[in-house]
Amino acid sequence: MAIALDLLVQFGQMLLVLALAPLLTGYVRKVKAHLLRRQGPPLLQPYRDLLRLLRKEVVLAHTASWVFRAAPYLVFAATWVAASLVPTFATGLIFSYAADMIAIVALLGSARFMLALAGLDVGTSFGGIGSSREMMIASLAEPAMLMVTFTLSLLAGSTQLSSIAAFMQGAGVGLRVSLALALIGLVMVAIAENARIPVDNPATHLELTMVHEAMILEYSGRHLAVIEAASYLKLLLYVSVIACVFFPWGIAVSGQGPAAYLGGVGVYVLKLAACGFLLAVFETAIAKMRVFRVPDFLGAALMLGFLAALLLFVSRAA
Amino acid sequence: MALTGLMWCVAALLAAGVAAVAAARVRAASALVYGTALCVSTAALGIAGASLLTGHATAGTLTLPVGLPWLGAHFRLDALAAFFLVVVNLGGAMASPFGLGYGRHEETPARVLPFFPAFLAGMNLVVLADDAFTFLFTWELMSLSSWALVMAHHRRSGNAAAGYLYLIMASFGTLALLLAFGLLAGSAGDYAFEGMRAAPPAAGMAGAVLALVLIGAGSKAGLVPLHVWLPLAHPAAPSHVSALMSGVMTKVAVYGFVRIVFDLLGAPIWWWGALVALLGGITAVMGVLHALMEHDLKRLLAYHTVENIGIIFIGLGLALAFEANRMSAAAALGLTAALFHVFNHSLFKSLLFFGSGAVLTATGERDMERLGGLVHRMPLTAFAFLVGSAAISALPPFNGFVSEWLTFQAVLLSPGLPQWLLKFLVPAMGALLALSAALAAACFVKAFGVTFLGRPRSDAARDAVETDRWSLAAMFILAALCLVAGILPGYFIDALAPVTQALAGAHLPRQEQLDWLTIVPVAQSRSSYNGLLLFLFIALAAGLGAEAIHRWASDAVRRSAAWDCGFPDPSPATQYTAGSFSQPIRKVFGTVVFRAREEVHMPPPGDMRAGRMHVRMRDVLWDAFYAPITGLVGFGADHLNKVQFLTIRAYLTLVFGALVVLLMVLAIWQ
Amino acid sequence: MDQLALDVAHLFAGGLVLVSFMLLYQDRMTGLVNVFALHALVVSTSVAWQANIQHAPHLYITAAIALAVKAFVIPMALHRIIVRLGIHREIDPVVGIGQTMLAGIGLVALSIMVMLPITAQAGTLAREDLAFALSVVLLGLLMMIARRNAVSQVIGFMSIENGLILAATGAKGMPLVVEISVAFSILVALIVIGVFLFRIRERFDSVDIHALHEHRGEQP
Repeated sequence: MAIALDLLVQFGQMLLVLALAPLLTGYVRKVKAHLLRRQGPPLLQPYRDLLRLLRKEVVLAHTASWVFRAAPYLVFAATWVAASLVPTFATGLIFSYAADMIAIVALLGSARFMLALAGLDVGTSFGGIGSSREMMIASLAEPAMLMVTFTLSLLAGSTQLSSIAAFMQGAGVGLRVSLALALIGLVMVAIAENARIPVDNPATHLELTMVHEAMILEYSGRHLAVIEAASYLKLLLYVSVIACVFFPWGIAVSGQGPAAYLGGVGVYVLKLAACGFLLAVFETAIAKMRVFRVPDFLGAALMLGFLAALLLFVSRAA
Repeated sequence: MALTGLMWCVAALLAAGVAAVAAARVRAASALVYGTALCVSTAALGIAGASLLTGHATAGTLTLPVGLPWLGAHFRLDALAAFFLVVVNLGGAMASPFGLGYGRHEETPARVLPFFPAFLAGMNLVVLADDAFTFLFTWELMSLSSWALVMAHHRRSGNAAAGYLYLIMASFGTLALLLAFGLLAGSAGDYAFEGMRAAPPAAGMAGAVLALVLIGAGSKAGLVPLHVWLPLAHPAAPSHVSALMSGVMTKVAVYGFVRIVFDLLGAPIWWWGALVALLGGITAVMGVLHALMEHDLKRLLAYHTVENIGIIFIGLGLALAFEANRMSAAAALGLTAALFHVFNHSLFKSLLFFGSGAVLTATGERDMERLGGLVHRMPLTAFAFLVGSAAISALPPFNGFVSEWLTFQAVLLSPGLPQWLLKFLVPAMGALLALSAALAAACFVKAFGVTFLGRPRSDAARDAVETDRWSLAAMFILAALCLVAGILPGYFIDALAPVTQALAGAHLPRQEQLDWLTIVPVAQSRSSYNGLLLFLFIALAAGLGAEAIHRWASDAVRRSAAWDCGFPDPSPATQYTAGSFSQPIRKVFGTVVFRAREEVHMPPPGDMRAGRMHVRMRDVLWDAFYAPITGLVGFGADHLNKVQFLTIRAYLTLVFGALVVLLMVLAIWQ
Repeated sequence: MDQLALDVAHLFAGGLVLVSFMLLYQDRMTGLVNVFALHALVVSTSVAWQANIQHAPHLYITAAIALAVKAFVIPMALHRIIVRLGIHREIDPVVGIGQTMLAGIGLVALSIMVMLPITAQAGTLAREDLAFALSVVLLGLLMMIARRNAVSQVIGFMSIENGLILAATGAKGMPLVVEISVAFSILVALIVIGVFLFRIRERFDSVDIHALHEHRGEQP
């Protein structure tokens, strides 16, 4: 009986992340528009986009193979599974121990692998540009993310996100230099991985400025809908990780009952709104970097993560 | 007894090799030799696997009256040997059916067939050897038979030079190992491993032995800076032999390292772990950066072997550091991570080399810039190669991720180490490991994407056909094993428990009783991973999602020309090549590591000539390390050459002088 | 409360190291001067916090001087100099920015390795604050040698000064006199350098050190 309830809560989390992801993106777009003194698209526009694309016919290039057709579903599945394993309203859910933060980073790597292959599949130069730039960005962003993971796990004594969140809620943490460095590094990686300004522009289709958009240029119809849903989920995942690790107050613990869970959902939505607002302000305030400045940017994130881990290795107080 | 069974298997392999010398012209010789190798390897695999899983408490030994009269030839089967025999024979059992299919296109079977079983026999014997003489003899047998296989197509350009370099490096490595064994035997002169185990050397001598073993076994495994022969020699051999050399022979070298350093040298000192982990980290990153710059498919795979050997040595270095500080549980974790990666790498590297061999047979090309679009012409090979690429890029739910995850967990246990240098070195090695994993994924997107996806760049690629059933069977079995090892890693970790117990004095907690087949390397509160659940979730999510969308949304498909922003180009030369794919990474890392420089010559507007781009890269290691050595050797040889042309009286004077000097030395020593 | 206060001080020290890395990251002149203003701001806030927890009111004056002189006066003067001299606005690094940052990490590791064993008797946070202060000094020196530009060398010199202030105020009891003299000497040095820059500009039409190097007397 208890197991059935736990399973229900876990599946509830999976559906929650899927339902909230397009809303987060719509909210960010709306805030950006208002900051630029425009009305902007409606808040629920991403849902409408997905429904519209799902119903359309897929146009496949003659040279597209089964890799091209299977990739969107695999990318979506890997991203959705990873997003479901991050604590949102409650820690310690029944399947949250299946994957720790290293496995979540690697799941996102699997998704990226399939997407990059899909970019190369049709045999155009646009797909190649997107794939090669994406792999360059990933070759620095993934180690930076892993170094941030190291820092957090050295502090919390575990790589499980639930344990890390529980540790950060506790009293023994205090303000630490390594945590500040890790937060900055994580934010930089999140910006790069989600193809946000200043690394990539999610709203443009110009060859010079796109990385993610170039890889998915040939996709249409339901395939494009699934890939867009995956990118919404990825943004939600990174915001959830930042929220549950660095601002863990309000997260329920597994087994506390439905009232605590509902409270957790409410707090989670508030955190999403706050992070989305900050993201929109940041994107509006800064200009996009040229492509070969991105390695410097991500190299700085890697250095910050490495410095944070080094400080923890060397002494117990930092 | 298990050991006797294995010795009979080895004898059968040697007999097959000898028979192949005589019968190489016979048409069915290829099938006979490879069939024998397959049966014998499978039998040996079964025996070794049973021995490992039933957990021999005491090791079986055997002494044969061959070799040196006062020594004999000792053989021993313990847990470590059983594990490596599983690796060796699994590789052999997979390479044999591939050789059956691949070998049909072999022009000179007489140069390949006798040496293939000898190579397998040599590798088995190295793992079983229990004294220094047998070890070195069988090591040389393994090296020489693989050298003969490298030289099988010696008329092809570059192969002769590769074989020559291989011979030099192999001999140099054996010399280092000989010196190491000499130091281990000590003044008592006991060359049996039993005696060496009982009398470990003093600290300074042990350090010298470690350095020599790093040179000897490390050069065979491919540690930087002694890796230079590997990317030349491995691709030169026939593809199933390349798979054995990269996937299995390098692991036999790792076995040599583990046997001598963990078993025979006694208690380690902390700086050994630092040195080994540092070399491993540098090797990993240098290997994968070289691989990214390559556009020859087999050479790319060979450089990748270098990277994975680096990862294995990081795990071994961590295990040494933990053991020196008496943290046995952590040492067991490091050792398990390294040995599991040994097993995983032999699986997916063999798979990838088989795939490249299939491509080579189908198209005659190894250069990725002349391939492309093979996923349409060779769909099954493409699928198997994709599984191998995903596994080697450490992507869940495959096996490469599990061993890298275990290595990361070992890195995270390191703050407990007291020495300062280790406190700085271990997080740096963790960062290098993370960097090499990310770069490996980039490399295999390039390798798979440029070779199999896109449009064909040459007629050979356009007209390729699928390979034969035997090769496909070998590849699919390996792909299935990659998935199984990734989904059910608990069983493999439990199988490694007797090995780590013998070497490090501890083993990881038993994994098989855990709920839902999760693995927990240290403690439940610390970290856990469940490959099976992840795989099921991904499969269900993808499958159900696709099904739901096709049923309720739309499943209409229309084929058309590529969109390409409205400017599709009919020429396949406009798509991304291997060089263009790795250009951003070359710009970021290559300017420092390879001194890469790009020059673009554009003709003035109106001129119809093509533009040109030149990329210049230098192998820094070759310039700094090997070029001076070859220069020195040449210089010395030129000057010593004068000794060839002396008069008879001069030669007699030399003999007289040598005699006098030796007598003086004897007198002084007395 | 006490632990929290020490943690905040430690956070300021770490923040100063972070801003030093940001100084190394800049590739434009105006950005560099602005980040240096931030550097001075962090130092003065840190000194003010130390004044609070050490109950040493004279440190407030130190903080105010640092804030006024280094966060406002000197950056504005530098902005003026840049505009007046028409200095080339991009900073020319000797090696790539990535490698400079890597060297910076090595310097932080070095200062930790040096400081932590030496100060074994002091409390953990005090030891690490000293290690951070030494890192800031070394990073300032790195900035001076890794950039070809005179303005970035001036800024590197001043960030060394900030690191020294951090170290001095971290330990209890630093006399005000030393601080005033040090601050004035910096101001004087800046004026001299500014005058020098004007003269160089008039003579040689550039303040790029590399171009100036050819005019040194002893070179063949």
